[in-house]
Amino acid sequence: MFAYLVRRLFLMLVTLFGISVVIFFLLRIVPGNIVDILFAAAGYVDPADKAELEKQLGIDQPLVAQYLHWIGGLLRGDLGYSYVSEKPALQEILPRIPITARLAGLALLFSASIGIPLGVISAVKQGTKLDYALRVVSLSGLSLPSFWLGLLILTASVAMFGQMPIFNPNPKTWLEAFATYAVPAAAVGFRSAALTMRITRSSMLEVLRQDYIRTARAKGASEAAVNYHHALKNAILPVITVIGIEAAFLIGGLIVTETVFNIPGVARFLVEAIRWRDYPIVQNLVMFIAVVVVFANFTVDMLYAVFDPRIRYSE
Amino acid sequence: MADKSDLVLEVKNLKTVFFTNSGLFKAVDDLSFSVKRGETLAIVGESGCGKSVTALSLMRLVPDPPGRIVGGSVSLEGTDLLALDETQMRRVRGNRISMIFQEPMTSLNPVMRIGDQIVEAVRLHRNISAKQAQNIAVEMLRLVRIPEPARRAREYPHQLSGGMRQRAMIAMALACRPALLIADEPTTALDVTIQAQILALMLDLQKELGTGLVLITHDLGVVAQTAQRVIVMYAGRKVEEASVEALFASPKHPYTRGLMASIPAVPASGVPAQARLNEIPGTVPSLVRLPKGCAFAPRCKLAIKRCEAEYPPLADWGGGHLAACWRAEEVAEVA
Repeated sequence: MFAYLVRRLFLMLVTLFGISVVIFFLLRIVPGNIVDILFAAAGYVDPADKAELEKQLGIDQPLVAQYLHWIGGLLRGDLGYSYVSEKPALQEILPRIPITARLAGLALLFSASIGIPLGVISAVKQGTKLDYALRVVSLSGLSLPSFWLGLLILTASVAMFGQMPIFNPNPKTWLEAFATYAVPAAAVGFRSAALTMRITRSSMLEVLRQDYIRTARAKGASEAAVNYHHALKNAILPVITVIGIEAAFLIGGLIVTETVFNIPGVARFLVEAIRWRDYPIVQNLVMFIAVVVVFANFTVDMLYAVFDPRIRYSE
Repeated sequence: MADKSDLVLEVKNLKTVFFTNSGLFKAVDDLSFSVKRGETLAIVGESGCGKSVTALSLMRLVPDPPGRIVGGSVSLEGTDLLALDETQMRRVRGNRISMIFQEPMTSLNPVMRIGDQIVEAVRLHRNISAKQAQNIAVEMLRLVRIPEPARRAREYPHQLSGGMRQRAMIAMALACRPALLIADEPTTALDVTIQAQILALMLDLQKELGTGLVLITHDLGVVAQTAQRVIVMYAGRKVEEASVEALFASPKHPYTRGLMASIPAVPASGVPAQARLNEIPGTVPSLVRLPKGCAFAPRCKLAIKRCEAEYPPLADWGGGHLAACWRAEEVAEVA
């Protein structure tokens, strides 16, 4: 087990290194840098001024030197300065993380707490009207992009209540905090809930046909015990996999959702930073997201062993 | 017939049908039999004759839809199981009537510890603490002769061999000391050496606990070793019933005779081995389109006009030996 963990951590480091290279060079391939953008807005370009500014920011150096400078700083905990605000990148990124984390966490909670029970119900009631209704709802959840759903929610709330939910940066009570995050989290979590439901349903249908389900009934177990205790425990692995993948996809959904709901989280910040070619922000933020995704995958693999005793990680 | 109070199970005119796209078929048709306390009744027949559906009907676990029990009565210790509602039936299952299945490899929940699965069976029906139930589980594993029962109880099914798993299934089925145990081909999926052990174990425990046993099998060798009485089923119906001795000495139904002739004989030394195995020609008829008369007639060497026109009633040949054949007399003579 220990050897497995060591090997696994090593592989994660290799993955992160690969990602850092890809992000760094992809970002440089995009035409224009912050200096181009600033000078284009000014309308007048003195090549000497431009070169001076590029030198200040260090983007006149060879790419490899720039990369080493970034990684060296990252390893020392120095993320550099934002080109736009000129504040330390860490100061810009850190306060935004909890906002997005809450949003993403709530969205995942929605998708699991709604998707899994509905998937079980849909499988148990296979072929009934309830099953069909749930499947139609889940199909619509998969087909609706989250930004469109977000816009619909905003439009509907204006039409019905004459106002729309506005992000409240300093919620006083727990309930206020929930109200602040619940609507955008639901908008972005609807899709995940729909996907989770479909996977739970098909996985449950597979498990409900197994011999040990009949054994459980033959023991005298109630339907609820058969479905949730015996079947769901066996059906949960593919669901965990999907939720793990969704956790990564969620970031993409959050970019547009944070924009639609005007929430100052990392996802929207990332889009703005890309627009300004704010390299220190983009590079470090994407690295941060990569770390989260890699750890989410790792967690999923560890959860396999928790839920299925047949899976044991050893040499 | 035995004294009524001695009967654990009495099945009368049981009828289970399946509604399928190709029509309605009668998986079990008008089946009656009974089991006494401590008695072993074997039900034999080839695949698709309704043996397993009979077992599931007794447990009321026939998948509905497509299946349904449409008639008859199943009386367990005087209670008609078919009249109970689902909640009452759940109290009977695993408690007064238990079942062991054919596939020990897949019949245990792979993500639950062996001990916990037995504990669940016990606590569903006995109002006792988890600790006491755990003790019973270990005791049951010891009873089915699993070495180091306390350690095995903490293991998962994949850590046990097929034979061990079937022992664990037996332990689970007997944990509440049921009045009736149904074993649906309990040894079919096991190695021959393990088969004998499992059968011996079941018979020992049955004697010890006084459980009635319904043993479903297609293996006449198993029947000869274990049962006191035998029912032969064909196409959903009982075609013959007799004590083991009477059945093997003089089978009255041509199908039973065919089954016996199909057992490969071990050639004696010096005698050339039989070149070809005996078989019953043809296949089991589709249960959707059963012939009007005897279902076995199309495959029967002795079939006459009457066999195709009228279904033969079960006739008593003395000593509780029943057979449904118009020409049972001739079968006996040939045998």
